[in-house]
Amino acid sequence: MALLQISEPGLSTAPHQHRLAVGIDLGTTNSLVATVRSGLAVVLDDEAGRSLLPSVVRYHPDGKVDVGYTAQSAQNADPHNTVVSVKRFMGRGIADIDDIASLPYRFVDAPGMVQLKTAAGVKSPVEVSAEILRVLRQRAEAAMGGELVGAVITVPAYFDDAQRQATKDAAQLAGLNVLRLLNEPTAAAIAYGLDNGSEGVYAVYDLGGGTFDISILKLSKGVFEVLATNGDSALGGDDFDQRIFCWMLEQGRFAPLSAGDARLLLTKARDAKEALTEHTEVRVTAVLSTGEMMDATLTQAEFNKMTASLVSKTLAPTRKALRDAGLSADEVKGVVMVGGSTRMPCIRQAVADFFKQTPLTNLDPDKVVALGAATQADVLAGNRGGEDWLLLDVIPLSLGLETMGGLTEKVIPRNTTIPTARAQDFTTFKDGQTAMSVHVLQGERELAADCRSLARFELRGIPPMVAGAARIRVTFQVDADGLLSVSAREQSSGVEASVQVKPSYGLGDEEITRMLKDAFTHAKGDMYARALNEQIVDAQGLIAATRAALAEDGALLNAEETAAIEASIADLEKLLAGTDHQAIKRGVEALNAATTEFAQRRMDQNVRRAMAGQKLETFG
Amino acid sequence: MAVTLSERAAQHVTNFLAKRGKGVGIRLGVRTTGCSGMAYKLEFADEVPEGDEVFVSHGVTVFVDPKSLAYIDGTELDYAREGLNEGFKFNNPNVKNECGCGESFNV
Repeated sequence: MALLQISEPGLSTAPHQHRLAVGIDLGTTNSLVATVRSGLAVVLDDEAGRSLLPSVVRYHPDGKVDVGYTAQSAQNADPHNTVVSVKRFMGRGIADIDDIASLPYRFVDAPGMVQLKTAAGVKSPVEVSAEILRVLRQRAEAAMGGELVGAVITVPAYFDDAQRQATKDAAQLAGLNVLRLLNEPTAAAIAYGLDNGSEGVYAVYDLGGGTFDISILKLSKGVFEVLATNGDSALGGDDFDQRIFCWMLEQGRFAPLSAGDARLLLTKARDAKEALTEHTEVRVTAVLSTGEMMDATLTQAEFNKMTASLVSKTLAPTRKALRDAGLSADEVKGVVMVGGSTRMPCIRQAVADFFKQTPLTNLDPDKVVALGAATQADVLAGNRGGEDWLLLDVIPLSLGLETMGGLTEKVIPRNTTIPTARAQDFTTFKDGQTAMSVHVLQGERELAADCRSLARFELRGIPPMVAGAARIRVTFQVDADGLLSVSAREQSSGVEASVQVKPSYGLGDEEITRMLKDAFTHAKGDMYARALNEQIVDAQGLIAATRAALAEDGALLNAEETAAIEASIADLEKLLAGTDHQAIKRGVEALNAATTEFAQRRMDQNVRRAMAGQKLETFG
Repeated sequence: MAVTLSERAAQHVTNFLAKRGKGVGIRLGVRTTGCSGMAYKLEFADEVPEGDEVFVSHGVTVFVDPKSLAYIDGTELDYAREGLNEGFKFNNPNVKNECGCGESFNV
């Protein structure tokens, strides 16, 4: 018997036609999937009751793929083939990754996006992310008893077009229909219902395992505008563990640690940190493989003291973000806490002091982004009544193009609500110029070189005119997912060129895979076809020559011999209709053999003819 | 004539209604659709539907339109978990046969 959920009034679905939709938080460290059940957003757990899926993918030489906890446990044993934090590589080239030397992966430079060499072959970050999404999709389908109509996937507010496109591609590769890409801070705000609350400015403070992000959002007329984002990509809960770990080393006065003991102490450090969320002090004990022991008590006060510098490290970007937004802390109406590390009382206190208000913490900070995404997915799938308006998003970074002198001309300024389209007119620079190169950029900087290059294309066939006479209208169009298409049109002649921005990696991943595969599988086929063609040409030549010889010198053969040769020709002709080049080769040999005697006699006859009527002396 | 909720189902409904922040109860019904003729409807009720039969079970108000009641009289609505999936289940004594998935039925 199927299990039903309670629908909104009048929105019951027909059997087998439930509009199942999910929200996915595709995180750097962990990923989650959530849905709305009977009007309530819930995170979906796996069979073991765990809601987090570590964003770790391990490739085996036989092509088998592990995702999540199993992959995570192999991280130390098989670092080259176990990909962690793949999100950092999405839509990025080698040049974009600063700490490339310290990473255990074998990077392959590919146009636009870096790729990783694994035991199962070269993988793009899109493919790795797709593995994570596929596991989440399967989990959701098992938990909801049917196929999904779509998913809302969250991305950091600062993700540019290439990174968003890569995320969307990964979803498609995983068989997910993307209803919308949603900014993570926006999703967190939705989870708290801020979208149907009052208008105002909100801060989203997101401290995860290894990254810190602060976003300042402004809600007005149903639109979340990202006013500013800032953060620290190398600051997170792990750093707090590290502080306790150092304290443990001081307490224990251990001899240099083995890797196993270091891991043990780090685990203990994390446990202690988590215990201090609930308790004012915690007893920390450990027995190392060397027999060394430690037994000490860590108080919350001590912990706060040793991590105070880390806490203040999050406040500096927060201050900067507010300054970029042109706001002061007391203009912020609400603060949303995201990420497991915001459970720490010292963090909550610091944030409360900074904004002079109690932050919103009643939702699980690990789940809040996924829950908000699920809520938005439910609306987009059509499971909500009319009073829930559709949330609009904005363009995170300005879109524009390069003009003469390497400058950026912004066509769509940041924070424009999407979907949107804008056009701008440009002209030619030289007399008789018949082509124009359009270089599409994203970013806030003035110099094109400082912005991210999204695509280049050329408008050709502009009628020759004096410089400045041509009118070229360039139109930028951004769809609801924040993805861009650009077209250019010369107004007098109507010549047009356009590009779907997917450019940062030139060709789509699937395309590249298909092309590589085609080239490989066809290599054998191509060789075969060539051999066949050569044999056919040979055989046809031989048949024609034999027929001509028979017509000319048929008299040299008796009926039986003629019949044998005719039969050989017929055999070969039959083989020519097929595609087996080996068989044709054998047929050619057979016909050659059958005609050897005939050829001999013709030679003799020709020699006799040539010599007939000549005096012996002529040949002397 | 009655439709009831199991205690577990009532708890979940109460919880969903509270989190939703509005609604006076739930509304059960059937409609003619699906591969075996009829399908259940299970919705929140924001106002008391006119002419509906009203039942109260474990503190939850349940509305049923009179036409549907004939097909689901005696039903107990339960909340169940099957593997990763969970949701409401109609234990309907009137059902003669169901489609394979149990989402539609005939009486």
